[in-house]
Amino acid sequence: MSLHPRRHRWRTQWATIVWLTVVWVFLWGDLTIGNILAGLVIALAVTTGLRMAPIDFHGRFRPLGVLRLVVRFAADLIRASFEVSVIALRPRYVPRGAVIGVQLRSHSDLYLTLTAELASLVPGSLVVEAHRLTGMLYLHVLDVQQSGGIEAARQAVLDQEERVMRAFASDEELDAAGLGVRA
Amino acid sequence: MTTDQWTTVADVASAVCLLGGAFLAFAAGVGVLRFPDLLARMHAGTKPQVLGLILVLIGLALRLRSGGAVWALVLVAVFQMLTAPVAAHMVGRAGYRTGKVRSDLLVVDELTSDQELARARDHGRAEDDDPRD
Amino acid sequence: MTVVVVVCGVLLTAGAFLAVIRAEKGPSMLDRTIALDIVVTTMIAAVALYAAVNRRADVVPILVVLSLVGFVGSVTIARFASVEPEGEGRVRTREEIAAQEAERIDNEDYAEESRRSGRREETDEHHGGGAEGEVR
Repeated sequence: MSLHPRRHRWRTQWATIVWLTVVWVFLWGDLTIGNILAGLVIALAVTTGLRMAPIDFHGRFRPLGVLRLVVRFAADLIRASFEVSVIALRPRYVPRGAVIGVQLRSHSDLYLTLTAELASLVPGSLVVEAHRLTGMLYLHVLDVQQSGGIEAARQAVLDQEERVMRAFASDEELDAAGLGVRA
Repeated sequence: MTTDQWTTVADVASAVCLLGGAFLAFAAGVGVLRFPDLLARMHAGTKPQVLGLILVLIGLALRLRSGGAVWALVLVAVFQMLTAPVAAHMVGRAGYRTGKVRSDLLVVDELTSDQELARARDHGRAEDDDPRD
Repeated sequence: MTVVVVVCGVLLTAGAFLAVIRAEKGPSMLDRTIALDIVVTTMIAAVALYAAVNRRADVVPILVVLSLVGFVGSVTIARFASVEPEGEGRVRTREEIAAQEAERIDNEDYAEESRRSGRREETDEHHGGGAEGEVR
């Protein structure tokens, strides 16, 4: 990896530039050379003009893990919306909530953010506060009874984190988090 | 099946998706009115809303069936999924910091107890150390 | 198709109406933020319903813009939420307004008199309350 400061920054930001170009092309809808070039120019302008922290991604892309993550997430999303709708529409039922703290096992901002995003969209929990430095996530559970109790809710978030890491993390990161490599 | 039959299937599927999406949007409205607490109302504003929107966009995509606009719908769905949890998180955090969250309604409140622990620890120390970010 | 449109329209209108009721009730500005976010999302759904019925693709950029506006609006209000004093969250009735005005006028008259009588007194005038406890 080059230690030259400007070249180092391009290498870590090429993913952002590609993503922004894709967004621009999607907005216009047509895959033409003009759109792609315009997207590249605007992506470069945004990434150089706005100084944002580059994301350190040291992991691998595991297709099986990603597939499992996506399928499980889609199922959870559908289940979550119906559970909240049932609670909302059931007459004379007041949900009893709780705020729990979960200590995540990974040491990276990216997995924390991914886990927080996914945990907010699946049944029962919503991220209220995230302490980046200690890796602590605080979630609000909508109905303790429907989530199966406080410990079950905590375990659900840890399972979510495990699915995220098995989808994207490298072997060293998995070992550091205490999750063994699955056969 | 002929093209005409595919068109009808797509229309029916689109109608089902639109109905489902509208129902979830209605459930979100009911939820935000009925739930007892700020944090519970955020649940109503996040989950049924996101899925409802995705269903409505799928319904629209099935009706439009071609063209560049369908990709923009994918984009809207991805934006909603990325940004709804962030908005809910910021509202919840602001609620905690301005004292809008009532601890007595919660079964367990670990965030308030952790914050009090941290504040007690900081008062014990002489230096100004913010445990948050 | 007409049946579907009518049913969807009724559901969306009812959902938005209930969210607006929550926006009125409060009691804090954050509740209102969530309620209005739901209203904006219902607007997106309504525009999408219209586009689906008429098979128009040129209104799709409206959906993109509305989703961004909804998000940026909620986050901005949450970022600048401040501690609201008690009783500010609801609309005051006419009697309460009259009573508060009378009290304010009494305070001002007292301040005038004490100034005229030569006493140096600090009068405390609250101009609607500042940004107490602004959230960082």
